[in-house]
Amino acid sequence: MTRRLGIAEALRETIAEEMERDPRVFCIGEDIGISGGWGGAFTVTLGLEEKFPDRMINTPIAELGLFGVACGAAMVGMRPIADVQYGDFLFLAADQVINNIAKMRYMSGGTATVPLVMRAPIGATGRGSQHAQSLERYFAGVPGIKVVAVSNAYDAKGILRSAVRDDNPVMIFEHKLLYGSKGARAESGAVDATSDIPDEDYTVPLDKAAVRREGTDVTILGWLLMLHRSLHAAEQLASEGVSAEVIDVRSLAPIDYETIGASVRKTGRVVLVEEGPKTGSVSGEIAAGILERFGEYLQCPICRVASADVPVPFTPVLENAYRPDTPRIVEAVRAAMRS
Amino acid sequence: MLQYSPDFLLDLYARMVRIRHFEESVKFMFLEGALPGTIHQCQGQEATAVGVCSVLRNDDFITSTFRGHGHALAKGLTVEELLCELFGASTGCCKGKGGSMHVGNMAKGMVPGIAIVGGGIPVAAGMALAFKMQKTDRVAVSFFGDGAVAEGAFHEGVNMAAIWNLPAVFVCENNLYGASTHISQVMRDTNIARRVAGGYGIRTEQLDGNDVVAVHEAARAAVEECRAGSGPVFLELLTYRLTGHSRRDPGHYQPKEERAAWSEKDPIPRFAQVLRDRGIADDSVLEAIAQRIASEFDEAVEVARNAPQPTVEDLLTDVFV
Repeated sequence: MTRRLGIAEALRETIAEEMERDPRVFCIGEDIGISGGWGGAFTVTLGLEEKFPDRMINTPIAELGLFGVACGAAMVGMRPIADVQYGDFLFLAADQVINNIAKMRYMSGGTATVPLVMRAPIGATGRGSQHAQSLERYFAGVPGIKVVAVSNAYDAKGILRSAVRDDNPVMIFEHKLLYGSKGARAESGAVDATSDIPDEDYTVPLDKAAVRREGTDVTILGWLLMLHRSLHAAEQLASEGVSAEVIDVRSLAPIDYETIGASVRKTGRVVLVEEGPKTGSVSGEIAAGILERFGEYLQCPICRVASADVPVPFTPVLENAYRPDTPRIVEAVRAAMRS
Repeated sequence: MLQYSPDFLLDLYARMVRIRHFEESVKFMFLEGALPGTIHQCQGQEATAVGVCSVLRNDDFITSTFRGHGHALAKGLTVEELLCELFGASTGCCKGKGGSMHVGNMAKGMVPGIAIVGGGIPVAAGMALAFKMQKTDRVAVSFFGDGAVAEGAFHEGVNMAAIWNLPAVFVCENNLYGASTHISQVMRDTNIARRVAGGYGIRTEQLDGNDVVAVHEAARAAVEECRAGSGPVFLELLTYRLTGHSRRDPGHYQPKEERAAWSEKDPIPRFAQVLRDRGIADDSVLEAIAQRIASEFDEAVEVARNAPQPTVEDLLTDVFV
């Protein structure tokens, strides 16, 4: 049996199941657990307070404090799921995330454990510069945390399960246009990321990329919203006779070079697609990693499709120009095929 | 005072002497070039660590700072595991990966020292939240200095502990200086206990942090309240650092008269006088304690100097479980 769920529903269901399964699991965040409230900014925890009144810890608007609290609780036997309303607020929490959560195990010589899940919505969605950034780049290079991005509901469920059951800190990035949030929290421009969810207790590994479409001519690498744009581009390219393989990078730290490498060896051409400024991007890191490992297989220079090096703009005309779209991906692939 | 057994009081004394001897010896070894890295020391502040930790159980937790040697010894870490850590040995309390600023031992109720000012305050609140959710009577204690009070982490952590009635004791060691800057330059109202009481609606107490028995009693009351579900409590312990902020800091910003006045209030000779006045110990007893601690230290130094260093392979371990 399967059921069709969106990402927000899949996350909500998984949180409830994991809290049911393990009394150490609890949620901590802002505007969660409020009867008649929103269930966080994007409905993920909606209604969970009815079933778990003591385990939905609603905090003041204090991201540094809440991630510090989550760190402390995780170190003495709890398994918190901490979330921010918008990924941009992670900058406020960054000291706790980077200096404590990521380093406690190492600094303690391997005696402290921080089994903590951190969830953060990202992406440009008509909210201007400060509720819109792509935060992956700031955390993928921090040793001591695992960083993943979920592009569909099946992964959302399997990855969240793995993350809650993992004894290490895991940062999960989610895209606001992929949640499938309903009602007042629905997003204009949302993309269908629903999946058929099996009933069984499956998990998705935290360190594996996924081939979403097989192809032989070029490898397109993306995640979150850009994965969906890339799949769209690949469809269009197929009608032009270009066979594009599309990989959901999914695990941003560590990066799964085994899956990526197998594809690069086959196609010899790489196009990386990322929402967020090109400078300092995760795709820059992946490009370097591919060159170091598989440079001899490349038939053309690696190409990156990313946002301009500007803050995220508000007006739709500029936001659409900021965020890579299907035509830009198609054009980049065509150029790669020509060279 | 009279209700305490002589053994208990002598133990408090010995614990303070152990910290002082450790700090003075480590300072010498550091200046001698025997130790790598940097050190931040707590000479003059021994009564805060010893007094507070004297009421804690092994399964209670503390957070400390970059100035954590005294807290570690008071919480039950051994001289040897600390010295090994300072020497960078794989037998150190953090296998040589933490160093002076990050000493701790999870099995003894001390998280690795958090060297970002104020960073341990929300962490302690989080441990206290866990203890409450787990329905235990364990308590979390956070040590920090007056400098931390200006941090956002202080406000956020104390506020959350307050709204959730968490079993947390916040121990502000007010030694008048954040690094080299005097408290009067960073606070309009320097009565921290009063500010916290008014700002967060929790019980606070300001007291002489160089009186080890007074600290013990204040901490005992605070911890009992927390165990009974009436936390958190904030303690402002007035004390003074009789050494530099770190490494080779001569502390020229501390006026001579101020330092001299606080030297008069040095918690160790002060408590020694109390013990003598009460007939609990004479000079020979106190001297015997000092001797015992010195030889214990010498043995530990010998072990630490010869302890194995980590191998290059250890670089990559202990990042993840």
